[in-house]
Amino acid sequence: MDFLWHVWDALAANRDIIVIQTVNGIVTGMILALVASGLTLIFGIMDVVNFAHGELFMLGAYVGVIVLAATGSFWTALIVSVLTVALIGAVLQITTLRPLIGRDPLTTILATFGISLVLQNYALWQFGPVARKIQEPFTGQFTLFYLQYPWYRLVIAGLSAAIITALYLFLRYSTYGIWIRATTQDRVMAQAMGIPVPSVHTAVFAIGAGMAAASGVLFGPLVGVNHAMGLDWVLKAFIVVVVGGMGNLGGSIAASIFISLLEAYASIWVSPSQAIIVSSVVLILTLLFRPTGLFVPTPK
Amino acid sequence: MSPPVTPQDSLVTVEDIHTYYGKSHILHGVSLGVGRGEVVGLLGRNGVGKSTTLKTIMGLVHPSQGRVLLEGKPITRLPPHKLARLGIGYVPEDRRIFRLLTVMENLRTGLDRAGVSEAKKQELLDKVYAYFPVLAERRSQAGGTLSGGEQQMLAIARAMMLEPKIILLDEPTEGLMPRMVSQISQIIDVLHREGVAILLVEQNVPLTLAASQRIYIMEKGVVRHHAAAAELKADDAVIHQYLGV
Repeated sequence: MDFLWHVWDALAANRDIIVIQTVNGIVTGMILALVASGLTLIFGIMDVVNFAHGELFMLGAYVGVIVLAATGSFWTALIVSVLTVALIGAVLQITTLRPLIGRDPLTTILATFGISLVLQNYALWQFGPVARKIQEPFTGQFTLFYLQYPWYRLVIAGLSAAIITALYLFLRYSTYGIWIRATTQDRVMAQAMGIPVPSVHTAVFAIGAGMAAASGVLFGPLVGVNHAMGLDWVLKAFIVVVVGGMGNLGGSIAASIFISLLEAYASIWVSPSQAIIVSSVVLILTLLFRPTGLFVPTPK
Repeated sequence: MSPPVTPQDSLVTVEDIHTYYGKSHILHGVSLGVGRGEVVGLLGRNGVGKSTTLKTIMGLVHPSQGRVLLEGKPITRLPPHKLARLGIGYVPEDRRIFRLLTVMENLRTGLDRAGVSEAKKQELLDKVYAYFPVLAERRSQAGGTLSGGEQQMLAIARAMMLEPKIILLDEPTEGLMPRMVSQISQIIDVLHREGVAILLVEQNVPLTLAASQRIYIMEKGVVRHHAAAAELKADDAVIHQYLGV
């Protein structure tokens, strides 16, 4: 009991830090959810583990840099980047993944891994190793205890939530959403009902790529844009997708926020680079005790 | 006198198809035909290739040899989704309801097509809800929560959303209780009256003989016998020989 009192005292003294880290965790969690929902959508419908997802995120950030430099408008950069990378995603899917449908899953892993290497090295060759900066659209701050907290971070969280909500509504109510869900559940029967499954696959890959691009542009101002920026994110996104239950959209979103919060709290006591251990521990525990995912209903 | 193997006004014609699953040779040259608006029964013991014949017509497996024609045009290499849009409805043996989709969403997979007006959609929905009132009651419920019989109705209703010229019906009464079986046989009659052709694979011989105009009997991957249903009803020796019932 004594121990618990100590923890409570420690928490009371650090209430400001806890609030700050909660906000940080939610902001990071929403961006992560944006990356992971594309990844989980693609896995759910095609059984493709997209190792190039981080590079689509990176490519999105670079397209953002270029368009921002040309037009000066952050929002134009965001939209152009999403559309461009969605198109690139569609082309990649048609040229490299469509021919592999029905083959050993290992082939698609190798293919997406190959795409990832090509895109990364293309970016290095084209843009060089020095990180570029995306200027945030506004620089206002508010006071959060002793911190000057940038409004932009809250805007990112809000925008990510809005994009994810839009995706949810699209999947829930639109004809294409029904096609996507039907194809996810039973590819063969979906075809027999007249759903053009190959096009649905391409569309889903494009949507996932577009969402990765959106997160790249939104997060660019916080981290700087370089050719390897996708690596950290895709690793974390994979953890989230597994913890949330492969292919389960709601689970991935919940897991993104859960893991980001845990990491944010952990970095109160340890350095942020050590806090990443927390997500690995959650991953290992999930695989050991609940391999279908933490945030899915127990299968009947 | 047997009727001609393929009817005069043929809707679907299957010509000498050979189908393999991996290395096992399932269909050894199946030929059959279904006329416009005709109900044709396909009988045979388990494992003789009846379901594979339906899957081959639907484009779900590709024959290594032979061809399938729809209204005289070859469709053998077309993907299933094109065949569905050309008017072939498929009700598989295991029903394959989209379990996480609601009843209404299951129906919308076939209903939301280009060129179908809102009025037409409503008309098609009203029609299946009239035939299957239980689906109307359960329209917002997930497909996976329906009973076996209800799922079978949904599978048939879903195929009807495509306004098919022909429905490939694979063992629709399997595992259903008698009341449901008679309901399925009624809906076959209704579809027949509406001019929808049906290729019916069934284990229930009396139902098949009653519902069909013609019967093909398969054995070991080929069609062994072909006759008018009335003929087989009058003389059950053939049925006994091939099916042991």
